[in-house]
Amino acid sequence: MTLKSEPFVVNLGPQHPSTHGVFRLRLTLDGERIIDADMVMGYLHRSMEKLAEERTYTQNIPFTDRTDYLAAMTGNLAYVMAVEKLMGIEPPERALWLRTIMSELQRFASHCMAIGIFANDCGAWQTPVMHMFRDREKILDLFEMACGARLTLNYMRIGGVSRDIPPEFIPAARKLMQDLPRRLAEYESLLLDNEIIVARSRGIGVLTPEEAMAYSVSGPLLRASGVAWDIRTADPYAAYDKVDFDIAVGTSGDVYDRFVVRLAEMRQSLRILEQALDMMPSGPIHARLPTATAQPGDAPVAPLALRPPVGEAYARIESPRGELGFYLVSDGGPAPFRFHIRSPSFINLSALKKMTVGVTVADAIVILGSVDIVVGEVDR
Amino acid sequence: MTFLAPWYDLRDLGNAVQALLDRIRDWGAPDWVPYAVSSLIGAVGILLWVVLSVLAFIWIERRVVALMQNRIGPNRVGPAGLLQPVADALKLLLKEPITPRDADRILFWMAPIVIFIPTLVIFAVIPFGGRMVLADLNVGVLFLIAIATINTPAVFLAGWSSNNKYALLGAMRTIAMLISYEVVQVLALLAVVLFAGSMRLGDIVAWQQHYNVWIVFLQPLGILAYIISGAVEINRSPTDISEAESEIVAGYHTEYGGIKFGFFYQAEYMAGFAIAAIITTLYLGGYTAWGLEKWVPGWALFLGKLYAVFFIYIWSRGTLPRLRIDQLMSFAWKFLLPLSLVNVALVGAEVLVWDETGVSANVALPIIGAVNLVFCLVAVVAWARLLGHGAGRQRGRRALLTKEVGVIHFEPAEGASPGPAGIPAAQALRRRSGQA
Amino acid sequence: MTAVLTGLDIAHRIEEQSPGAVADAAPEAATIVPARLGDVCRYLRDDPGLRFEFLSSLTAVDRLEYFEVVYHLESLRLNLITVIKVRTFDRDNPVAPSVCAVWPGANLQEREAYDLMGIYFEGHPDLRRIFLWEGFAGHPLRKDFLNLPGARMAGLERFPGEPGGPLEGRG
Repeated sequence: MTLKSEPFVVNLGPQHPSTHGVFRLRLTLDGERIIDADMVMGYLHRSMEKLAEERTYTQNIPFTDRTDYLAAMTGNLAYVMAVEKLMGIEPPERALWLRTIMSELQRFASHCMAIGIFANDCGAWQTPVMHMFRDREKILDLFEMACGARLTLNYMRIGGVSRDIPPEFIPAARKLMQDLPRRLAEYESLLLDNEIIVARSRGIGVLTPEEAMAYSVSGPLLRASGVAWDIRTADPYAAYDKVDFDIAVGTSGDVYDRFVVRLAEMRQSLRILEQALDMMPSGPIHARLPTATAQPGDAPVAPLALRPPVGEAYARIESPRGELGFYLVSDGGPAPFRFHIRSPSFINLSALKKMTVGVTVADAIVILGSVDIVVGEVDR
Repeated sequence: MTFLAPWYDLRDLGNAVQALLDRIRDWGAPDWVPYAVSSLIGAVGILLWVVLSVLAFIWIERRVVALMQNRIGPNRVGPAGLLQPVADALKLLLKEPITPRDADRILFWMAPIVIFIPTLVIFAVIPFGGRMVLADLNVGVLFLIAIATINTPAVFLAGWSSNNKYALLGAMRTIAMLISYEVVQVLALLAVVLFAGSMRLGDIVAWQQHYNVWIVFLQPLGILAYIISGAVEINRSPTDISEAESEIVAGYHTEYGGIKFGFFYQAEYMAGFAIAAIITTLYLGGYTAWGLEKWVPGWALFLGKLYAVFFIYIWSRGTLPRLRIDQLMSFAWKFLLPLSLVNVALVGAEVLVWDETGVSANVALPIIGAVNLVFCLVAVVAWARLLGHGAGRQRGRRALLTKEVGVIHFEPAEGASPGPAGIPAAQALRRRSGQA
Repeated sequence: MTAVLTGLDIAHRIEEQSPGAVADAAPEAATIVPARLGDVCRYLRDDPGLRFEFLSSLTAVDRLEYFEVVYHLESLRLNLITVIKVRTFDRDNPVAPSVCAVWPGANLQEREAYDLMGIYFEGHPDLRRIFLWEGFAGHPLRKDFLNLPGARMAGLERFPGEPGGPLEGRG
């Protein structure tokens, strides 16, 4: 008698505890081994790029909160930088420092989530997530202080930021800076040296630097593959050229290194924050915008008056998930002619099939966790 | 009033039952009546205890894990949330029982029952106190092994009959795991039986009481193997792969809802108590505690130890990530099994030598304990080294810090491969699929 | 700091290597002849002075008269950035060559451009819709998609509701 065997197709998602949202991974299995992986996305597609063509440049800022909702600050920042590039606006010094502070706080908060959820995917039942949430909450409190919102922040403005930080912000941030290094040391000892986490993530989902670059993978994944590439250093924006920090680089390109790189980046974020809190000058937080029609006095710029010249601009920043770019084409009208988001979550998924074919289901979950996608940004 | 005296002796509730039975016999009832009454009392008592303990431990587990996770845990229903498990049970009872359209209906309904009953029946042979055992079988240990194994087909029934892919994956994992760890479990129990010279659980406790030593001190490796294989059997992390939430949703009981899910949930806790009860009886002196049982009720000592052992499982759930199936399998076959085999041989030799030479227990037992402890430490460390888990190789790395943009620091991970056959195997598979 | 190779610079480099491959050059980007795109991309990727191994972003723009596929390239080793474009003039059946063979990372992005802009990438290994479902009518990022009231038409200067907007009173 011959036993007939056939491949076994499992739909991981769209409702699944570990797909980080409504993302679907269609796995073809041979036992527990994956022989084919197909990504199905679009469940959260809100057609932002089309919607943005119908709204003024200012009205588009809230959209950028809702792409990568775990890192709204960096989403805001990349977009307003693209518009500023298009219009040739130079934000004032204080606004640049505020942007730096906010994006680093956001990076810390986002990496908290990434690491916590990754440990959850490894099967550590909620505990690391809850510990990470403790620190993330403190940062969200700071955001609330600065702009009144905690998740969809809408803080950056074209030419500056929406409002200055209140006086109690700096003491609260400094107090947090004292607590967080201790917490980070705790996470490093609990998670990085954890035998099971090491066993689960070492040597899994390896991307060589050549592969990582060919697959357009960016952010912690690229750095984990050993490529020292960080836009904050390579092409400094905001006030990153004035602070001293290092690029955290992994050496083996596996899941474990991505996790190591994220933890090291959190340390670097704290370094940047400490310097930024000391070095931030006082002054205006908003540049005067060139407008199509004359604006009387100091009146706020009417949204429809903001019409960039014909042209195109691509601004990129290092978001917690990788290279976040906004490509704007202007036809001289009040709304972008084309609004394209180069979203790191989406493009990092390019390499997912490469990493998952041949491993087991359990590894695929861990690999997906290490890519750290936000489905809002994948589908847009 | 002659029969009343033992009633007051709460140290062993068996006395009271015995007194009642004697009274019934005195009334001239036929022989089967006291037998039936005692069985009924035992069964009802065990059922009540198990259900109440499960309810209590659902609350305790949730609160303890919440403490570990910086949360508060259930605190709304009743004082300090104490009635939360009751509310949950009521909710499960009131939910609509859903059977998937393509499920195998009979098997689908059978599975929760098949898994529930054996976990309850195990407690029949457990001596809660000197005379508090429902069925003092002379093959008690064999009975434990036989009954505990029924779980395996029950889980497979559930996974297969659900007609769900996650359930099937979970069931496959369960079968593979339980079969592997069953062997280790049996070998661990065998070493205990070799010491006690009896399979009757009461005799094993009595042996520990007689020599005034808990077998855990003679069998450190045995209890280690048993606790780990117990964790596998009751699906606790780090070995909860058969219902790995983050991978296969809920494993074999993905499709179950309402009270059928409640049965699985309850059975899981009961199996946990059963494992803890077996560990307590076989390794931790059961209802005895170096003479303390004269003052404190034996059953209270027993329950205290049982709950303490169960707490280990709660603790591990709150702290440990999950291993992968191939890592767990290779841990069973490559690590625990050889060591358990050597352990059984060692214990056999020790018992033989002890019997042949007739050394007094005061001399023999400390020597055996010391030898076994040293063996346990040396064997675990040396075998782990041999398998490639040497100290340092498993240590975590830290990131490189650099300021130079665009430089590539890459060292292929080959050679830094982390231990259990899993990773090289996965790499081999990846290579193979790359060629295909 | 990243050095920006303007469209003129990169067009010059490409012309030296393969004459006739550049269709147009502007400061923001060099436009490549579609048939030569594969060669040009390979050159950009492999040339030791350029090493554009990283395709940062691939997207398409509906310029009304033609479709434009925009490639943002980065060289991580040399810290360079540049933009190249390809134009396709057939509105009903726009075709552009796929660069998946050069940069595997283009796979998903080309699928996105195909899905939302309807550009057919020749040579793509698995060109399917990615966000929308198979059978969805039309490609929503095109300017003429459905021609709903409020959709921006060619030459639209103002928004509906904006005083003097051409769509006032429509829909």
